[in-house]
Amino acid sequence: MSNSMLESEAVVESPASATVMSMQQALNRALDEVLADNPRTLIFGEDCGRLGGVFRITDGLQAKHGPQRVFDTPLAESGILGMSVGLAMAGFHPIPEVQFDGFAYPAINQIVCQIARMNYRSRGTMPMPITLRVPSFGGIRAPEHHGESLEALFAHVPGLKVVSPSNPHEAYHLLKYAATRPDPVIFMEPKSRYWQKGEVDLARHDAAGVSPTGAKVMREGRHLTLVAWGAMVARCLQVAELAAEDGIDIEVLDLRWLKPIDAEALAASVRKTRRAVVVHEAPLTSGLGAEVAQLITQSCFGTLKAPVERVTGFDVPHPSGDLEDEYIPNIDRILFGIQRVLEYKRG
Amino acid sequence: MDTLLPVASGAHAGALTADELRELYSLMVAVRHLDTSAIAWQRQGIIPGYAPELGQEAAQVGSGYAVDTTRDFVFPTYREMGVARTMGVDMVAYMSTHKATWHGGLYNPVESRLAPIQAVVAGSVLHAVGWAHGQTLDGKDGVALTYFGDGASSQGDVHEAMNFAAVMKAPVVFFIQNNGWAISVPTEHQVAGGSVAARAAGYGIPALHIDGDDVAAVVEATRRAFAHARAGNGPVVIEAMTYRRGPHSTSDDPGRYRSLDEERDGAGIDPLERLRQRLLADGIADEAFFAEALAAAKAEEEQIRTGVQALGSRPGTEMFDLVFQETTPALQAQAASWREESEHV
Repeated sequence: MSNSMLESEAVVESPASATVMSMQQALNRALDEVLADNPRTLIFGEDCGRLGGVFRITDGLQAKHGPQRVFDTPLAESGILGMSVGLAMAGFHPIPEVQFDGFAYPAINQIVCQIARMNYRSRGTMPMPITLRVPSFGGIRAPEHHGESLEALFAHVPGLKVVSPSNPHEAYHLLKYAATRPDPVIFMEPKSRYWQKGEVDLARHDAAGVSPTGAKVMREGRHLTLVAWGAMVARCLQVAELAAEDGIDIEVLDLRWLKPIDAEALAASVRKTRRAVVVHEAPLTSGLGAEVAQLITQSCFGTLKAPVERVTGFDVPHPSGDLEDEYIPNIDRILFGIQRVLEYKRG
Repeated sequence: MDTLLPVASGAHAGALTADELRELYSLMVAVRHLDTSAIAWQRQGIIPGYAPELGQEAAQVGSGYAVDTTRDFVFPTYREMGVARTMGVDMVAYMSTHKATWHGGLYNPVESRLAPIQAVVAGSVLHAVGWAHGQTLDGKDGVALTYFGDGASSQGDVHEAMNFAAVMKAPVVFFIQNNGWAISVPTEHQVAGGSVAARAAGYGIPALHIDGDDVAAVVEATRRAFAHARAGNGPVVIEAMTYRRGPHSTSDDPGRYRSLDEERDGAGIDPLERLRQRLLADGIADEAFFAEALAAAKAEEEQIRTGVQALGSRPGTEMFDLVFQETTPALQAQAASWREESEHV
């Protein structure tokens, strides 16, 4: 770790409202407050009630807010999401949970054909304020279908918005924001980061007090922009520290919103650094990295020093735990990607 | 089959009055005439396609007649024109979906109490369960009525919906129009276990297996089901046996999968003719009444046709504006680009 990083952290004063908590605690607190703020919100899904969810994100909420507001459903994802549509039609704001990413597939018909289209089909008379929480991505040695990255699939569907927090502070504010939107939002929680602690400023999202929309620069740098979301942001911050030891000054941009993507933030960062690497866990082909690369190319073609590089999962099913570290972009693979961009020669 | 216990409250119990029977006849004639006319509209190029409900008038008018639009909500597929007409939906706005003006139709679903038309069979059955559970949470007494067919009964969503509704005791009436055909596949190759209604027992849901071509029987069954659900007793399944006398849609060719003899045998007596005979036999209506009803149906069809023909295309900006409540920069940019490039054409 570079000394400059340590020093810069040391001089930042924590605001009085800041609390150290895990992402699980931050999400739990956000949901608690959302339930208290809006009596029309409902939380439901498999094991969300009495158990508090398999990841304990809804822990204690049923006891506090009652079994009408926080409840267990039968074990059927299409049922959970289809029911959400009817509840939204009846004026509720459902916050359903799909227990694991891979179990969103049985609900795809309801998500894609119904939730995403109802506002359009009904000409705006039946909005779908549904905040779908999906514990997402890999990294916890889980069984098959428990480590998938579905963001490109969701982002491709007209009518859906997609967001993923990278740390407890972002988790708290992004969830509170998403759960007040009038449109469907897929909230992808990086399950490998649930138990990592961090400082959460409960009072405000940032110093300027703006809403948590768009991307966010997590570390400023001059030589290259690393674009990431979810669990990959923390990894990219680690990579940036290592690269700094070699005098390479890396900017880390947390995309946060995977739809809509903050094209202006991408342009602003890469106009400065003139180099970019995008990192994601999902497979390479038709992954969101391609979209990011195109947006950067569109805005920065004249000044780019090298083609935008992608460091991603492979075009294989998410592998078993033993091979997960080979599949999910690790520090070495990200460093190689950075090296390819830095050493790129035209022609 | 009738596993629904008599409703003690007696709400809507009792035989239909002569006025109600005459009204049902007028509605059925209006629906029949509009339905057969819509086929002609398609042949004349007024609309690009249509899914007729010929033969299902009793099932649709009878069930729609039981709806209380001040508190209930109906979830259709794409073949419920008769239900919409009975509920008093703006029929020009309803038929606009067949004019290819807007997928869900131009009617306001919230005010009409009719969810937007949608084409994934069984897609809206779960929506009815969610809406109905919302009534329970809000302490209201509305009932959700959801329509689907023998083909859609094979979809997993129907099973999830029945199980959810039964577990949550949601006030839902599942109304199956078993019209014998899922495009080209007959019910015997579609439905295992004897009937869709028979499956209800597996979820502990009372079921009514009824003659869907007898409008009075349909009204009575649907009213009983509504009373049961409204009183907080949970869902009811109604399977109304009817026959799709026409093609699946104006693009279909039934000659490829059923003969005219089979069609005649399967269809049985026309439900509209059945009601006419009954009204005559009971001395409730005469030929003058029937002639008047037909004249009114023709006038209504002409008015709807004129309205449909007058429908222009929706402005292209609606493609972009109606995706979200809160639009996105990318969508705004695409709309701007479309506007600019379309102006040069």
